[in-house]
Amino acid sequence: MIDQQIGALFVQIAYIGASAAFILGLRGLTKPDTARRGMQLAAFGMLLAIIGTLLNHEIVSYQFIIIGLVVGSAIGLPMGLLVPMTAMPQRIAVSHMFGALAVTLVGIAEFLHSREYAGGPGVIKMTAIGFETLFGALTITGSFMAFGKLQGFIPGQPITFRGQKLINAAVFFGAVGLYIALVITQSGGASGDSGLIMFAVMTVLALVIGVTLVLPIGGADMPVVVSLLNSYAGLAASATGFAIGNNILIVAGALDGASGFILSILMSKAMNRSFANVLFGAFGGEKAAVSAKSAEGLTTRSVTPEDAAMRIGYARNVIIVPGYGMAVAQAQHAVRELAELIEKRGGRVRFAIHPVAGRMPGHMNVLLAEANVPYDHLFDLDEINEEFHTCDVALVLGANDVTNPAAKSDPGSPIYGMPILNVQDAEQVIVVKRGMATGFAGIENELFYLDKTSMLFGDAKSVLSQVVTEVKGL
Amino acid sequence: MTALLTALGAATALIAMTSGGTPTAAASTTLIDAQIVEVYVFLLAAFTGFQIITKVPPLLHTPLMAATNAISAISLVASIVIAGAERPLFINIMGMVAVAAATINVVGGFVITDRMLKMFKKTEAPK
Repeated sequence: MIDQQIGALFVQIAYIGASAAFILGLRGLTKPDTARRGMQLAAFGMLLAIIGTLLNHEIVSYQFIIIGLVVGSAIGLPMGLLVPMTAMPQRIAVSHMFGALAVTLVGIAEFLHSREYAGGPGVIKMTAIGFETLFGALTITGSFMAFGKLQGFIPGQPITFRGQKLINAAVFFGAVGLYIALVITQSGGASGDSGLIMFAVMTVLALVIGVTLVLPIGGADMPVVVSLLNSYAGLAASATGFAIGNNILIVAGALDGASGFILSILMSKAMNRSFANVLFGAFGGEKAAVSAKSAEGLTTRSVTPEDAAMRIGYARNVIIVPGYGMAVAQAQHAVRELAELIEKRGGRVRFAIHPVAGRMPGHMNVLLAEANVPYDHLFDLDEINEEFHTCDVALVLGANDVTNPAAKSDPGSPIYGMPILNVQDAEQVIVVKRGMATGFAGIENELFYLDKTSMLFGDAKSVLSQVVTEVKGL
Repeated sequence: MTALLTALGAATALIAMTSGGTPTAAASTTLIDAQIVEVYVFLLAAFTGFQIITKVPPLLHTPLMAATNAISAISLVASIVIAGAERPLFINIMGMVAVAAATINVVGGFVITDRMLKMFKKTEAPK
């Protein structure tokens, strides 16, 4: 008995240590030069928590634990070491799926276990178990759908059909209704199989919600979806903590939930959508059919890589605006080469990164860092937006809607009010683009028709390589 | 910030003392106390997380997501208990699958976060 108490105390101490390590570790992430050490501390905290748990007196056999740990490491380690940086959005999406899977299985197991309690699980515990399973299950399929869209085996375009909203609403209210019914009927103890059936149906409906939530969302909205799923996965983990009375889960889940929540807010702000709109998953489907200014009668000026090289090569101050197009073309290494070349010739190069450029928060930063662009060259919207009017050349690489001046000047435009990069303030603008197709919002970009804008058509990687060669020859 | 940390630690220590590990349904008054403390823990952790994470620069938002994902794979500890406790075999097996899924995130998540953070470099000072 004494031994058991000492054991329990040791477990709690390990958990407190782990909580502190997680919080201090995340604090390390507030600065790039302390980030790595911070995360090593967090990893140490995790190790501490795992060792502490293995001493839990409830554990009677270890074979399943060991098999799980070995299999998980055998899959996780190569995934961590080998996944290329370009596949990071998919990697993040699929990891939300694994996290949610673990949480959901725990929720189901706890529900079944709770039926053996004499007085039932109680209201708080039943609320937590239901929440955990509901959010866990919808995060599993939601993340899988996001993974599919990012990986490309599910079409990236929004998939819509008639009556979709009605079906979504029915499924959603069905699952929430069952959840409430479960809390009311099961908290005081199990009676017959009706609880089991309700729980099973709720779980299945939650899995369906995950699919219907992500189905109507297009590729460019993925940063919001990925952040939101991050938040859901965290909240589900926190609910697990309530369900089993474990504080480390509550703390870690709350941290994850807070991070996903903050990122979702930042992303939805950067897309000019209300947070409520995002929370209820109504985004992506509701593109108002506002007729933006048509491009008829307007002409663009197309230039060759040689012309572009002349302008870029002699520029003193260049701002590069990367977008998803750069990621698709994998042009980040060519960009870095060009940037180094300009600097060698005495020019200054900065990168302007819009919060929703790419497919997840911080996507462009990771790609450029991988290509060895120093992070002090990377600036976000607020830091650099006032600098565009001082720059000679703004080079837009596969970015579209985030540079559209209509967001500021045209109240009739669907993207009116969205924060944009003030590329139009630059003395000259060079836009690298594959063709004249519109961006995700489906509207014309006035920037392309300005007198100061030159269009450089082609695949970003090959076009930039040509520009690099030309600049070398200047 | 420091105050929050202290409060968090105190709350966690408090529940460790009052509940002595896992609360049982029999001790119903302690159970309610413990559950109220859990709410405190959640709120304080959420506030602390909020304070810290709003300070994370957009530069590091992808590593942040990878890191919080690895951290929330702490559900591994719950999975371990279910895989190893005295429960019906199929529940132990469910626990085993959960252990595997969470371990993928713990191991993969921390490794990939470190790989990413390793890439972020400052401009080298001219020699």
